[in-house]
Amino acid sequence: MVKPARMSGLIKSSIARKVVMALSGLFLVIFLVLHVTINLASVISPDFFNEASHFMGYNPLVQYLMQPILIIGVIVHFVMGFVLEIQNKKARSVRYVKFKGSANAPWVSRNMIYSGLVVLAFLGLHFYDFWVHEMTYKYIEILPEDPTRYYAETVEKFAPMWRTLIYVVAFVLLALHLWHGFASSFQTMGVNNKYSKGIKTFTQLFAVVVPLAFAFIAIYHHLNPITH
Amino acid sequence: MKLYLKIWRQKDANSKGAMVDYTLNGVESDMSFLEMLDILNEELISKGEEPVEFDHDCREGICGTCSLMINGRPHGPDSLITVCQLHMRSFNDGDEIVIEPWRATAFPVIKDLIVDRSAFERIQQAGGYISVNTSGRPVDANAIPIEKDMADQSFNAATCIGCGACVAACKNASAMLFTSAKVSQFALLPQGRVEAAERVQNMVRQMDLEGFGNCTNTGACEVECPKGISLENIARMNREYLSATTKG
Repeated sequence: MVKPARMSGLIKSSIARKVVMALSGLFLVIFLVLHVTINLASVISPDFFNEASHFMGYNPLVQYLMQPILIIGVIVHFVMGFVLEIQNKKARSVRYVKFKGSANAPWVSRNMIYSGLVVLAFLGLHFYDFWVHEMTYKYIEILPEDPTRYYAETVEKFAPMWRTLIYVVAFVLLALHLWHGFASSFQTMGVNNKYSKGIKTFTQLFAVVVPLAFAFIAIYHHLNPITH
Repeated sequence: MKLYLKIWRQKDANSKGAMVDYTLNGVESDMSFLEMLDILNEELISKGEEPVEFDHDCREGICGTCSLMINGRPHGPDSLITVCQLHMRSFNDGDEIVIEPWRATAFPVIKDLIVDRSAFERIQQAGGYISVNTSGRPVDANAIPIEKDMADQSFNAATCIGCGACVAACKNASAMLFTSAKVSQFALLPQGRVEAAERVQNMVRQMDLEGFGNCTNTGACEVECPKGISLENIARMNREYLSATTKG
């Protein structure tokens, strides 16, 4: 049998690209857990939320290592998603007149590109709302450290109904994206065994609970503005 | 039974095709789908028209030749069968039936409903075999004890008939189920382990070269496969591939 070119497949093959998609997706799932945990603090204890946010905003390890890795993770995930989508479209240059996709696969698995695009568009707004705001505060306006500002800033963000609504809609789409994506990444990594059923159940639980918690936080702050 | 057929007609690989409407009377419910097409073709021939070209051979669900997209599903509405095993009792009088060829860039249309599936053969040729010394004293395959469960899994993978329904059903026209079945049938047996690393890399490389899409784990292929080939095979191929490439 012909010896394959060493290592070239790991970079160029369809399986390798899928693995990149799966690993970056799983990394973002772990990030979501951290994110939702800190956000929940804003509902339970504003002081702890301020402390945690200040730590995340000023700890050099978080700022100069974790943050760039996270941004790279997001970029890799969506750029690879587009690359795969373009290739997949090319793989069927002539489309069917009649194609019954719903007969053999769930909607969420067939529309990852659309749920992903909505989440990506939301990330644009989310970055503008919080990340751009932080960068301006710290590096452009060079304002002094204020460990108590985060809670008020967050609650204020959810004052307008339109922003709260956009966030909630994005969380619904995030739920759909996770519903397929989380378990799917295990299949891509070669895990399909006696644990797969458990992974699927956990995926569905995760896909509902995490976005629901995010949506709850947004709605909670919208309904409970700071009055003084 | 009276049927309203919409069939893809295409003169040759280079021509532009189109859907053509036909009305067919006198179809019996115990006819097979291919017999129904035979009757249509007899009518067309008697009228001096070009018959509809479609692939078929064994007509008992084992050759993998018949390949039709029927009302948006490979091999039609029923499960675990090929088109030749589909009977007209699955349809009703007055139904409209849309019949198209498999659609994949790697499976170009040759004429009407016939596509060129030699891409599958090239994937198979890239590694879907074991090297056995046939001269002198070949070792009897049965001399190597194999766990029953492994033998069964290997046999299940080997029941793939290479019909291409997985590619046809996949929204990405991915050939992962076919390739993974062919990788798995060897990977599960000691005779196949000898060249396992080269095999999986070569077959995946060929699969990519043919222009099939990427697997997004929708599971459509598994549902539409007439032989019930499982997605477990794709996970196994991914494991084999990752292990083979990372070890160099």
